[in-house]
Amino acid sequence: MGTAARAWQRFRQHRFGLLGLVVLAVLVAACLSAGWLAAVLGIDPNAVDLFGQYGAPSGSHPLGQDDLGRDVLLRLLAGGQVSLSVALVAAVAAASIGTVVGLAAGYTGGWLDALLMRLVDSVIALPLLPLLIVLAAIDPAKLGFGAWAEEQSFGLIRIVIIVAAVGWTTPARLVRGATLAAREQGYVLAARALGVAPVVVAIRHILPNVSGPLIVATTLAMGQVILFESALSFLGLGIQPPTPSWGNMLTGAQELIWQAPMLAVYPGLAIFLTVVSVNFLGDALQDALAPRSSERADRGST
Amino acid sequence: MMRFLASRLAQSLLVLAMMSVAIYGLIGLMPGDPIDLALSADPRLTAADIARLRLLYGLDEPWLQRYLAWALQAMRGEFGYSRLFAQPVTDALAEPLRRTLLLMGGSFAVALLIGLPAGMAAGARPHSRLDYAVNLVCFAGVAMPVFWLALLLILLFAVHWPIFPASAVALEPGLAAQLRHLALPVLTLGLLQAGGITRYMRAAMREALAADHIRTARAKGLSDAGVVRRHALRNAMIPVISILALDVGGLFSGALIIEMMFGYPGMGKLLFDAVMGNDYNLALVALLFGTGVTLAANLTADIAYAAVDPRVSFSHLSDA
Repeated sequence: MGTAARAWQRFRQHRFGLLGLVVLAVLVAACLSAGWLAAVLGIDPNAVDLFGQYGAPSGSHPLGQDDLGRDVLLRLLAGGQVSLSVALVAAVAAASIGTVVGLAAGYTGGWLDALLMRLVDSVIALPLLPLLIVLAAIDPAKLGFGAWAEEQSFGLIRIVIIVAAVGWTTPARLVRGATLAAREQGYVLAARALGVAPVVVAIRHILPNVSGPLIVATTLAMGQVILFESALSFLGLGIQPPTPSWGNMLTGAQELIWQAPMLAVYPGLAIFLTVVSVNFLGDALQDALAPRSSERADRGST
Repeated sequence: MMRFLASRLAQSLLVLAMMSVAIYGLIGLMPGDPIDLALSADPRLTAADIARLRLLYGLDEPWLQRYLAWALQAMRGEFGYSRLFAQPVTDALAEPLRRTLLLMGGSFAVALLIGLPAGMAAGARPHSRLDYAVNLVCFAGVAMPVFWLALLLILLFAVHWPIFPASAVALEPGLAAQLRHLALPVLTLGLLQAGGITRYMRAAMREALAADHIRTARAKGLSDAGVVRRHALRNAMIPVISILALDVGGLFSGALIIEMMFGYPGMGKLLFDAVMGNDYNLALVALLFGTGVTLAANLTADIAYAAVDPRVSFSHLSDA
């Protein structure tokens, strides 16, 4: 039985983890089917219908209509596409930066390690939400990205950059810890003695040891990103309407809480379900992929 | 011991200095500069006036030079004036800080009162029904957008059953009124923080109970309660204390979203207003203050760590 099969066996025992996986799969499938569903129902998710303001759920609008008469279900699914893909991309970006930093620090050691780890300490010492606000308030024109900032996709990319800029520290610590442990292993010493280039040793022989905790950290980070996005949206700094995201739908619905309380319930529930599922999944993956090592790595650094 | 303290203190100061450079740079990247603000206040300013003001304020100097000028002033305790509040930055910070400490202190106490016993009970009986229930509630707690929970609690306890007021600031005088107004925000924040604390405590308890000396104690016939109280608790508290110390650092930055939901002008709101209102001096100091407190809390955690755990020696900590 291979490592993967054994990991799957451990994963399967985690009932909540399985549940999380199923719920996430259903959510993702539903969000991906938004375009198809729009075609079937024959409605455009962004079409405004002022006669259908706060329309009750019906055959053509399964979850009713919002303050502009747009279909709530379709917008929820379209918003899910945005929120989930931003979460995935941002979490992977943060993990990639963290992996590079952690490998470099742990494998090289010495002054580079000390410098990078002080940098990690610095970022962690900053209060998170204020930092996100300052980053969101940065004027792209002052960095020479003025033209790019005019584009539609900039809002999404900005969130990814902001999250990656603050989120790389946890993966960096994890990877560094695991690298320190792996560096002294016999097979790594052997590879080095054989004259394999340091970069190749780091990627081929050390990285696989780190992959378990890294996958767990990335999974958990996805849940965090979705919550960050909703917090930034609440402050008006998230993904800007009319592009729907769960965060900005929830924020927009808050002012309409008396007219249409359900408008706040659906995106809130979507966020809640996703983050709970992601956390369950992360927990199960932790047991399956990194039974104890990640905890130790997390505490061992600094 | 003294060497350890000195080296950690020096490291913390270094990090603080690094962060002051970074924060200064970030603030500088926000839209506009003081001259733009002066211009928007008085459109009659001519190009010559602007050039003169720029020279006067030193805005034509390179970035690093401006930072050094600011840092020198800051080290003498001169942080400049707040644009929004028209008073020295340190005065503008005082009242929000007092409010934040009240709110955060209360909610932290609530979180500890819920989280520590819940985590202990769940961790002492892994895979029991209680363990699953506690874990489920914690997962739910950390998965909610903050303002959603606040909204639900307002709808429940301020609207549906009007027990508590929805605004955090009492207009009528008296301690009782103030406490009543603080109840909902403190409860919201406390519940949110309790989730994290419970999970730390639960994990630490489980790990502590897995140790060999626990098995020995059990084998010698010590009761479950005795094992937990006399042998596991102390070890379990060590990681928990260090994590709690980190959380304490975060308390000083306020809880922006809760503050906004309940209309409570604390540190979070202050920082947000400063960033959004181009109050550079205030934003800079508020951010640095939050960072400094976190670093101090970090340092305290290290010391506390060594104080509770005789196995940790200071020399070991300093080179880790």
